[in-house]
Amino acid sequence: MASEHIQPAETFSPIFGRLTLDWIPIHEPILIGTFAGVALGGLLVFALMTYFRLWVPFWKNWVTTVDHKKIGIMYMVLAFIMMVRGFADALMMRGQQAMAAGGSEGWLPPHHYDQVFTAHGVIMIFFVAMAFITGFMNYVMPLQIGARDVAFPFLNNFSLWMTVAGALLVNISLFVGEFARVGWLAFPPLSGANYSTGPGMDYYLWALQIAGVGTTLSGINMIATIVKMRAPGMKLMDMPIFTWTALITNVLIVAAFPVLTATLALLTLDRYMDFRFFTNDFGGNAMMYVNLIWIWGHPEVYILIIPCFGIISEIVSTFSRKPIFGYRTMVWATGCIMVLSFIVWLHHFFTMGSGANVNTFFGITTMIIAVPTGVKIFNWLFTMYKGRVRLEVPMLWTIGFLVTFTIGGMTGVMLAIPPVDFQLHNTLFLIAHFHNVIIGGVVFAVFAGVTYWWPKAFGFKLDEVWGKRAFWLWFVGFYVAFMPLYALGLMGVTRRMNSYPDAAWQPYFIVAAIGAVLILAGILCNFMNFYVSIRDRKRLACGNDPWDARTLEWATQSPPAPYNFPEDISVVGREAFWQMKKENYQFSTDYQPIHMPKGTASGVVISAFALIFGFAMVWYIWWLAIASFVAMLAIGIAHTFNYNRDYYIPADEVRQTEAKGALA
Amino acid sequence: MSSATYAEEQSMVEPLAERPMHHAREARPREDAHAHSSPTPVGFWIYLMSDCVIFGALFATYAVLGGNYAGGPAPKDLFEPGFIAIETALLLFSSVTFGLAMLRAGKADTNGTLMWLAVTALFGAGFIGMEIYEFNHLIHLGAGPDRSAFLSSFFALVGTHGLHVTGGLIWLITLMVQIRMHGLIGPNMQRLGTLSMFWHFLDLVWIGVFSFVYLVRLI
Amino acid sequence: MSADTHHAHDHGTMGQLMIGFALAAILTIIPFYLVMAEVDMARSTLVGIIMGLGAVQILVHLVYFLHLKRSSEEGWNFFAAIFAVIILVIVLAGSLWVMHNMNENMMPMHEMDQQIEQMKSLQSQQG
Repeated sequence: MASEHIQPAETFSPIFGRLTLDWIPIHEPILIGTFAGVALGGLLVFALMTYFRLWVPFWKNWVTTVDHKKIGIMYMVLAFIMMVRGFADALMMRGQQAMAAGGSEGWLPPHHYDQVFTAHGVIMIFFVAMAFITGFMNYVMPLQIGARDVAFPFLNNFSLWMTVAGALLVNISLFVGEFARVGWLAFPPLSGANYSTGPGMDYYLWALQIAGVGTTLSGINMIATIVKMRAPGMKLMDMPIFTWTALITNVLIVAAFPVLTATLALLTLDRYMDFRFFTNDFGGNAMMYVNLIWIWGHPEVYILIIPCFGIISEIVSTFSRKPIFGYRTMVWATGCIMVLSFIVWLHHFFTMGSGANVNTFFGITTMIIAVPTGVKIFNWLFTMYKGRVRLEVPMLWTIGFLVTFTIGGMTGVMLAIPPVDFQLHNTLFLIAHFHNVIIGGVVFAVFAGVTYWWPKAFGFKLDEVWGKRAFWLWFVGFYVAFMPLYALGLMGVTRRMNSYPDAAWQPYFIVAAIGAVLILAGILCNFMNFYVSIRDRKRLACGNDPWDARTLEWATQSPPAPYNFPEDISVVGREAFWQMKKENYQFSTDYQPIHMPKGTASGVVISAFALIFGFAMVWYIWWLAIASFVAMLAIGIAHTFNYNRDYYIPADEVRQTEAKGALA
Repeated sequence: MSSATYAEEQSMVEPLAERPMHHAREARPREDAHAHSSPTPVGFWIYLMSDCVIFGALFATYAVLGGNYAGGPAPKDLFEPGFIAIETALLLFSSVTFGLAMLRAGKADTNGTLMWLAVTALFGAGFIGMEIYEFNHLIHLGAGPDRSAFLSSFFALVGTHGLHVTGGLIWLITLMVQIRMHGLIGPNMQRLGTLSMFWHFLDLVWIGVFSFVYLVRLI
Repeated sequence: MSADTHHAHDHGTMGQLMIGFALAAILTIIPFYLVMAEVDMARSTLVGIIMGLGAVQILVHLVYFLHLKRSSEEGWNFFAAIFAVIILVIVLAGSLWVMHNMNENMMPMHEMDQQIEQMKSLQSQQG
């Protein structure tokens, strides 16, 4: 075991900063195995790409693209890859806790275990859940409002690559140095310079800052898109619910992420330049960090779940063959959640020492949020009521969502009661609660959405058998994995424990580990489903409107042409595509040239330098940090000297593309 | 330069306004031409609002930690109201000169625009110079950001504002070069309008800084 | 085309600019005068006046320099500004309230500093 080895000694050289060969973890068998796997996989991909001469098309059609659809797909790919990484961390933790009872130390020493739970949380929130919802919003929202692309196509590409750069930086920490050992929100003083030496905490800070730039810019971009790019005639109250939720989530992103940026910047100043914000001495106050980070943190969980409400709304409506019940209340409920989510943050630290009046205020506001959320649940139920519900795979995920999310919501209300929270704070009950809403809410909705919009993106459905297998394994696996944690939490078991003395807890942890294995099987079924469906795409080909859907994204070809719609769509009222179907509307064949934005390499190049900059800052390689920062700035400025950013797709090409789509 | 064209030129995914309509709803009057005017002003405004929240978090930190001197110097030992008054004046003048540049640009007067932009840049550079002087002075007094939480939050807030002004200056100079190269064409007019918002916004944040960070702490 | 008139409108006129300048100058000079002349008023009154004038000056800048109108961008800019103000109020007032309350209930930092100082001086006396 490598547990003896904690951290190499701090040294500094002008060329390599504090990076020495000792920081390459060659003594960690797990990491060496992982590295070998990643390297072999990488080599295989590299060889295949080279053999099939895919590098140039990949660069031209994907890396430098500004097409919101391709960018959306790339966000989804990023999310799935990072989900594998984050889930591997989860399996390691479940394995550790299943073993480390009554004096046994398990297989992960604390130094490693602490990195694993930190990485798990950071990756799952920032690079899985956020990437999934950003991917959906990118792909679906512009189509739903009848737009050609987002408002700022270059910025969209840049946002994607900044997110990827952040994700890469987290993963580099696996093989060069270490990651933070502080929990996903990195509270000081533990995360401060005195208690988190070494590069782990700095990887955390720079990865989140770089990805955060992408997230904030993407939020601005999406709002501007919804505000300015809607099809003529589409009033706000005509927008599909998913677009509404996208709007509100992005308002939350734009309002909340700056607080995260500022808070992490203050911690960075503490660590790098001896500022005294959150230190124990010189008047610093670590509680201010907790206060600030949760001002971002609570809106963040609504940022994740609100678009999922949108996905569920679209699916429930389509598969019940009814318009969504209570459209207006749905919009207003989402709006209420938007505002309320900003006045509940203290419920994350009831136990930190506030008085009864403060705790009461935040307890009550938290409980109030359950009201608009309940409105939504009932709206979905009433949409299904007397509908002709088709129990296809997206609908299965949706029903799984409704049941599981409701249970998670109720345990949330329990935690909102301050005296109860004093018992449950920092226990596994809390862990069970938020996994209940994030897996039962976000993940289930994401899989529902993936199954629902997959035919839109690729022109064929996902295989139903594998889809059902994945669903049932995930659904059962979730309950097996997390119900024991509720029980353990009620027994007072705290979170983030590397080992525990009481062997009576072990059976629960073993059951939880079995649940994690079931979820693993579910994930394998997900990937198997992708493989089988792509292999059998001829059999699964389904035309442009496989679900008899109601919203505008289905009015065009599946997969859509780069320009989305062959003509400018004019919209009257809600459910534009349903109305077009009723009117038996056909697109005009008198094609016109279409004005489109050009792709650009600036986004990916700046992001590459941002990655180098982050790496250099982590390792105190100052010359490289300065050089890469100047390079970012110079490329950004050079980009503004390019005035030639758009082109026209000729009418003939539009005609050919549309004819091809009609045959398919 | 007629501004009617630039919104059309700039918006990358501008639908073709002259397109005839071909379907059942043809008779319905189109939305006015503004339906798809450039998204840049509203997008940039939203960016400014998000930036505003960054400053909000820094102001909140100053509000909470600003009294923690840790036995070190307090505002009255450090801040010179006369000095801050000059900084404030420089920034306010730069806002006005930027406004004058915008008015010249509206009259399609390239040289007048460039002249007022240059004056704006000088005022901005003067402001930054004074701020660097002040920071340097404080650090030499032993009142650097590592002295106390009060000074940390002061340096972070005022420094962030200063970095924004520096960024604005780089942008301003870049844009002057671009106007020199291409004249007041549509995209440049749009950028000028956007930078004008940014510049005025920084002056607006400064009102909060001189009132809340400096003046009320000197009473 | 209507965009033309709108555009000219958006960037104001010389008159607007000068009114804005004059108002901003007055609203800046008053608080500086109050502080520099050390006017004899209650501290809380002075703080109120300075902060109030600052708020008014922010409005002046919004109207005369940033040309924020209820109608600009179909009301979106106005809505965004209102929402930003709400968030700012929540962040500022909320943090102050929460942190003040914490300090009341926990040992305040400056008292702790004092105690540490006392302990140090005691130790040095003993040494």
